[in-house]
Amino acid sequence: MSLRSPLGRVLGLGSAKHGTAHWWGQRVSAVALACLGLWFVVAIISLPGFGHAEVVAFISHPVNALLLMLLSVAMGYHSWLGVQVIIEDYVHAHVLRLVLLFLSRFAHIFLGVAAVFAILKIGLGT
Amino acid sequence: MTNNDRPLSPHLSIYRWPVTMASSILHRGTGLALAIGFIVFVGWLFDAAMGPDTYAAFTGFMGSGTGILLLVGWSYAFFYHFCNGIRHLVWDSGRGLGKRASTTSGWLVIILSIVVTALFWLVVS
Repeated sequence: MSLRSPLGRVLGLGSAKHGTAHWWGQRVSAVALACLGLWFVVAIISLPGFGHAEVVAFISHPVNALLLMLLSVAMGYHSWLGVQVIIEDYVHAHVLRLVLLFLSRFAHIFLGVAAVFAILKIGLGT
Repeated sequence: MTNNDRPLSPHLSIYRWPVTMASSILHRGTGLALAIGFIVFVGWLFDAAMGPDTYAAFTGFMGSGTGILLLVGWSYAFFYHFCNGIRHLVWDSGRGLGKRASTTSGWLVIILSIVVTALFWLVVS
């Protein structure tokens, strides 16, 4: 017995093909983070110091600013996907689960925007 | 009618931990730790943008004993999640999924992440 709907059988299209979006998003951001993370570790090691002047000089360099923004966005996205799965796995109370999923998404967007704003502010020197 | 008297099915505590299980749980744990570390990372950038005084407060805490301990923890979480993440990407390609290969790569990732964390702190401090 086929479980496909009569319409689906006629059209021959199957699902909407979006079922793997979450999985793919996690892998794509993981590959991006492997590259950006490696760069960040090297950058941290080669930083002359962690004082305000040194750090601002580092962030305001255009290449560093660009890579830091990409790192922040990729990190926020990857973290959001991961935390979402953890909440879905362990929080079973419907309302609490929904509230936490909302909060997690808001927090990740907030942090991503805050990071990009801070980098731009330092980079543009205003 | 209550079910309270029924025996429970075996759970986590009853099994000997294979390294594959430990490395899987550690991957999720370090991932969650890094999600919290993301807040501190953004705080670092934002405090730098706020100015020298705010930034000094940030480095003041992060340079303290508690701060350094947290940073060591986060750097370990990063290197573990990084190494084991690559292991996961290799698995996704269909390679290294056998019992022996996954056990070997599990130990490799755990040892490598500790070594790399130690090397990182030797170089950075």
